Amino acid sequence: MKILLVDDELELVSALAERLSFRGFEADWVISGAEAMDKILEKDYVLAILDVKMPRMSGLELRKRLEHLRPGLKYIFLSGHGSEDDYRVGAAKADSYLVKPVKIEDLVEQINMALGN
Amino acid sequence: MSLKGLFRPEFWNADKKSAGPYKSLFDYQRIWRLCFVILVVVSLVPLFILAFIDFNVTRVAIKSENMLRGARTTSNTRRAVAYFLEERKSALQLIVELDDFRSFQRKERLGEMLSALKNSFGGFIDLGIIDENGKQLAYVGPYNLEGKEYKGQAWFKQAADQGTYISDVFLGYRDSPHLVIAVKHYTDKDHYKIFRATLDTTKFNGILSSLDLSEGADAFLVNTAGIIQTPSKWNGDVFSKISFALPEKSFRTKVKKIQLKKELSAIVGYAYIEGTPFIIMVVKPEAELMGAWQRSRDTLTWISSISVAVILLVMWAVASYMVDRIYIADMTRSKLLQQMEHHNRMASIGRLAAGVAHEINNPLAIINEKAGLLKDLFTFSNTYNADKRVLGLVDSVIGSVERCGRITKRLLGFSRQDDVELRPVLPKKVVDTVLSFLNKEAEYRSIDVSVDVQSGIFEIVTDRGKLEQVLLNLISNAFQAMKDGGILQIVVVKGGKGRLDFSVKDDGCGIPAADLKKIFEPFYSTKKQTGGTGLGLSITYGLVQDLGGSMTVKSEVGEGTEFSFSLPVSPKHKGES
Repeated sequence: MKILLVDDELELVSALAERLSFRGFEADWVISGAEAMDKILEKDYVLAILDVKMPRMSGLELRKRLEHLRPGLKYIFLSGHGSEDDYRVGAAKADSYLVKPVKIEDLVEQINMALGN
Repeated sequence: MSLKGLFRPEFWNADKKSAGPYKSLFDYQRIWRLCFVILVVVSLVPLFILAFIDFNVTRVAIKSENMLRGARTTSNTRRAVAYFLEERKSALQLIVELDDFRSFQRKERLGEMLSALKNSFGGFIDLGIIDENGKQLAYVGPYNLEGKEYKGQAWFKQAADQGTYISDVFLGYRDSPHLVIAVKHYTDKDHYKIFRATLDTTKFNGILSSLDLSEGADAFLVNTAGIIQTPSKWNGDVFSKISFALPEKSFRTKVKKIQLKKELSAIVGYAYIEGTPFIIMVVKPEAELMGAWQRSRDTLTWISSISVAVILLVMWAVASYMVDRIYIADMTRSKLLQQMEHHNRMASIGRLAAGVAHEINNPLAIINEKAGLLKDLFTFSNTYNADKRVLGLVDSVIGSVERCGRITKRLLGFSRQDDVELRPVLPKKVVDTVLSFLNKEAEYRSIDVSVDVQSGIFEIVTDRGKLEQVLLNLISNAFQAMKDGGILQIVVVKGGKGRLDFSVKDDGCGIPAADLKKIFEPFYSTKKQTGGTGLGLSITYGLVQDLGGSMTVKSEVGEGTEFSFSLPVSPKHKGES
């Protein structure tokens, strides 16, 4: 179960990746959209967890790019804002949408649902 | 606006001080006074000018008409008197021309003539013939005057000199008023006789007494010495002297104003009658002459007074109405400004809250993850022994972060309130949400709230926020109207044509029929004293309209009030409604 986490907050994304690895997920992390596009080709990730708001490339834009690079990838959006726009796009296009701060149990549940476990 | 409102409008009690530095701008009483004064001046000045002009024109017209009428009466009377005397003089002249004058010495012939004159003209008393020496040769009449000497008397002299003589009225030794007419007749080239007739004054007076004069008017004759010759109503007895000076001589009719007494001035029409010692006088007190004018002046005065009163009343009402409109417009504007200010403030707070929430959210998420990781390390890794106390501390941190997260999420939600969004909502859920805000009050006041949503109602596409606000306003209004322990019913049923009918029914105090028509008007409030803005129901009404619905109200004083509104199930139906 390879998961890629993308968030511009290094402290957050690193901790989250480590926590997920405790729960049996193979989680890698990067802190920008550009890095993510490189990273995605290295391993066969099945799920990407994206922050909606990131500098330079937003989570929504990144998702579009990743779809080309790796079709069939599942997505979960994390948002620090919870605005109406984010919600609409996120809920419509992603498998799941969560507002930070996230309870790890909720996230694990969403991951499992997205992966069909 | 009621009649009372026109004369004692609302702005009268407006608080000037609340306008602060602009109080002169909002001094409605001052505006009203200005308005009233301008209106009154503009309308009364022309009225007064017209009244004044009419006043003077009427006075002049009536005065000149009176003068003219006086002149006419005088002139007619003058002609009548002159004609009367001329007629008799001519009769005498005719007799002497026709008859052989010598025969007058025969008394029978003279007697025949006297009786002929009496029959045809009347008023002749006697006839006499006087020779050039002034001796009366013959006489017929009631007195024995034959042989009487007239030589040296003024009349005889005048008759001899001028050919005719008409005396003024005198008593003589007969002791009854009479006048004399004498004509001179030449019997041959050098000798003449004078034919003299005496007339009583009855007929003469009749000319004057038969005049159609107004009550105070007096027409009479005076002689050139100012002695009254014919009976006068109030200017003195016959043969007394008139109380005023004789006017200047004029054979043409003239009208003059004469001061009779100190406070009695009169208009006198007069004319000297040519060939006689008489002056005809028609005297009218000025007060009477101007009576007509005074009546017209009185009419003018009371019409003007009534007009002024009506104008004042109407202008008062107009000024009150206009200033009241301004007042209401100002109040509306100021309320709207307040409303807008409040709205802006709320929007700012919303943005600020969203910003703060967003900024705090990220570090919060980091704390969350770090604390989570810490817990994970204790839980999953053997490197760190699972220390119950440390785990407890970490749990506490995570719990607190969760609490903070709830707060920031709520703040983020709050900032979204302006977004207008049609989205499927469940009516039941909306009602429950609204009631969750008011549950505490309902509990405290033991108000029984029943919600009845007809089965089979699922989603309705509408703006959740607005629907919530409508219900919140109606329910909290109902709570205010109700006594503790009342019953509130909220019913949602399917209406016709793809609509849903909502109704909020209370058993509160009710609304009087008079107020019922106005309750949706902005700023109509019966609770102004206690801080009501009068906006709640009008906003609610507007919101229902925004949602494509319509609102109605039924109320019975003492029984309760029911507000109902129907909304389209989906916006597609909005166009049809």
